[in-house]
Amino acid sequence: MAEKTYLQAISDGLRLEMRHDKRVFVIGEDVGVYGGAFKVTLGFQEEFGPWRVIDAPLSEAAIVGGCTGAAIMGMRPVAEMQFSDFISCAWDQLVTVAAKQRWRAGTPVPMTVRLPSGGGFSGGPFHSQNPESSFAHIPGLKVVCPATPEDAKGLLASAIQDPSPVLYFEHKHLYRRIKAEVPDERYQTPFGEARTHREGDDITVVTWGAMVWTADEAAQQVESDGISVEILDLRTLIPWDKKAVLESVRKTSKVIVLHEDTHTGGFGGEIAATIAEEAFEDLDAPVKRIAAPDTPVPFSPVLEKAYIPQVGDVAAGLRELAEY
Amino acid sequence: MATTSAIDVVMPQMGVSVSEGTITKWLKAEGEQIAADEPLLEISTDKVDTEVPSPGEGVVQQILVQEGETVDVGTKLAVIAPPGAEAPGPAAEETPEPQAEEAPAPAPETETEPVAAAPEPAQPPAQAAPAPANGADGAGEKTFVSPVVARIASEHGVDVGRVEGTGRGGRVTKKDIMAFVESGGAPAPQGERAPQEEAAAPAPEPTAPEPTAAEPAAAPEAPPEPAPAAAPPAAAPPAPAKPQPEPVAAGVGETIEPMNAMRRGIAEHMRRSLDTSAHVTTVFEIDMAKVVALREKLKPEYQKSYGVNPTYLAFIARATIEAMKNWPWVNAEIRGEQIVRKNYVNLGIAVALGGGQGLIVPVIKNAEGLNLLGLARAIADIAERSRNKKLTPDDVQGGTFTITNPGGWGAIIGTPIISQPQVAILDVEALVKRPVVVQDESGQDVIAIRPMMNLCLSYDHRLVDGAYAAQFMKELRENLESWDESAY
Repeated sequence: MAEKTYLQAISDGLRLEMRHDKRVFVIGEDVGVYGGAFKVTLGFQEEFGPWRVIDAPLSEAAIVGGCTGAAIMGMRPVAEMQFSDFISCAWDQLVTVAAKQRWRAGTPVPMTVRLPSGGGFSGGPFHSQNPESSFAHIPGLKVVCPATPEDAKGLLASAIQDPSPVLYFEHKHLYRRIKAEVPDERYQTPFGEARTHREGDDITVVTWGAMVWTADEAAQQVESDGISVEILDLRTLIPWDKKAVLESVRKTSKVIVLHEDTHTGGFGGEIAATIAEEAFEDLDAPVKRIAAPDTPVPFSPVLEKAYIPQVGDVAAGLRELAEY
Repeated sequence: MATTSAIDVVMPQMGVSVSEGTITKWLKAEGEQIAADEPLLEISTDKVDTEVPSPGEGVVQQILVQEGETVDVGTKLAVIAPPGAEAPGPAAEETPEPQAEEAPAPAPETETEPVAAAPEPAQPPAQAAPAPANGADGAGEKTFVSPVVARIASEHGVDVGRVEGTGRGGRVTKKDIMAFVESGGAPAPQGERAPQEEAAAPAPEPTAPEPTAAEPAAAPEAPPEPAPAAAPPAAAPPAPAKPQPEPVAAGVGETIEPMNAMRRGIAEHMRRSLDTSAHVTTVFEIDMAKVVALREKLKPEYQKSYGVNPTYLAFIARATIEAMKNWPWVNAEIRGEQIVRKNYVNLGIAVALGGGQGLIVPVIKNAEGLNLLGLARAIADIAERSRNKKLTPDDVQGGTFTITNPGGWGAIIGTPIISQPQVAILDVEALVKRPVVVQDESGQDVIAIRPMMNLCLSYDHRLVDGAYAAQFMKELRENLESWDESAY
């Protein structure tokens, strides 16, 4: 057990899976010699050789298409998008081919696509998005959004072993900011099981990814006002842990759904609708969504701060619900 | 009768379960003189249409509710200024104006309503009843009740109005109601309005018995004059807050009109009856030859001596009551898990109002004590009073069995809906001449022309089995086909 950053945990997890299973290989733009846009695969080519750490041409469609074929043939490819924003170039391969294959032909497609996502460092509209809800809407894909180093490692292992195509959203703003103890050995974190990040009685915050930490700070801020906040880190959106969310709602009766993705059509709407359908009689206040506004992510640091939900926004939302 | 202060006219309580009424007509305009007990307005409720007499003498100073409006029982409808009284300005009358909620609540049980419950001027305290526990500064306003609070309130039988709210705008939060329940907050007895004797006492014990229709006074003794106490238990639970009707848009070629109180009452009762009773209908053919002949004979005598017409309905009512002696469950009731048998017959007669305006079911009390003449008179009386809107709430309550009579329009078969909480209803169909096979004096089958009538009995199969109903109907048919003049 050692303290590791979120990025180190991803890197370690990937390395362990490659050592464990020879079918696992990495492909992406500059993942080999350069070690990846964020240095997740730094040193991988030295250890595993160019045939398992493949520098691909500048074509996300080719990378995802190649992974799909390799997975169908029995390999366990791990693709890296330099930024999750670029996955749109591979939409057709991913959505039309990979997601449908298992229903169409009955063959598993055990591939993982790593998607560095999220903003907070002035990356602007093409390098800061959180496109998880677009893929959560596609039957056949799984969507994973780790928030802690331990989960980053364990969920990556589960993604690689999973028979379905898995989109692994790793939040760039957590890469070097978040550090924690991570077990040294191989382990898997199961899909579909939320993690109670913080226990509380008054309000539930349902969230994932970097927003877990925003919620955590906000919860600490309002604690002095006597507001006890429970934070559920969903960890995986497809499948998502409906049971844990409903149980928490039944306890607190007030909910905030928080995400960094934009408001309209964000996955928070799905969660809010499910709460309304299945826990209506347990609600003591309207379900509140806190999300980014429906615009592209701005470059300007000031505007980006206004755009991405901040600790103060969440604290204000918590106080508003507490007073309701 | 003269008093010096203004007299309020309020929507009277027209029966136990009636919570609102519609003003159908003002008989006096503002500024007109009115004598005490002189009819002031006409109202329509889901039970009865009636006139409301003036509670005092004076001038109609102000009419507060217009024709066509539906308001809760106890709502102030008008103000009458007594002779010599100074007309109070509008500001002066704000003060005593009762909230609708403060009106005397329906007494939970054994109520003996005056015909029109407009308070006598001598009794204004009826409106000064203690305010319902709405919180000291609740001001009777309704605040939003969230789904979870509504559920907890319902599970624990808590009146949300009794809980102090700490949420926005005084809203009762989940925490508030949980704290109330955990601190031993009592379930609110149904219909409770904090009567004065209890006002000083702390919250009632959680075990406070809820008043139910099965009060000792009502059931076991089955008194000979059961009428007022036998208020249908189905009427006991207070009606939930009525939802505001949503406005609907008229399509091309459609016209839209609001439902009046009677129509809403019928709609609710019919639906509830089908949801409650297991309806089955049995049809019997009756050869009415003997009754027809007897009626022709009695008609001139009845009209000359008593001024009343011996209708077929009277014959059938008499024969029905006679048949019930051997088949009493037709006249019984299911109350909770128990069967309530009755040694009296309160016979409801369905009377249609003209123009599809609805129907009303006045009740002939203790009809088992009336012979053919008595029934003919009673039927004529209620029919007359139904048409003239002179029925009182008592007239339409406490029925134990109902007869409906659409045969006058030529109907030959019907499957009527039972009037709750009764278990059977008899449908009297058209009397028509039909060729039937009968036996002549020598025992030969011949075809004869006979005045035939179908009687259809809808019964609640929860209590009355098919064979039982058929045997009752068989006896009813025998009573009619072999009418014994001396017996009836």
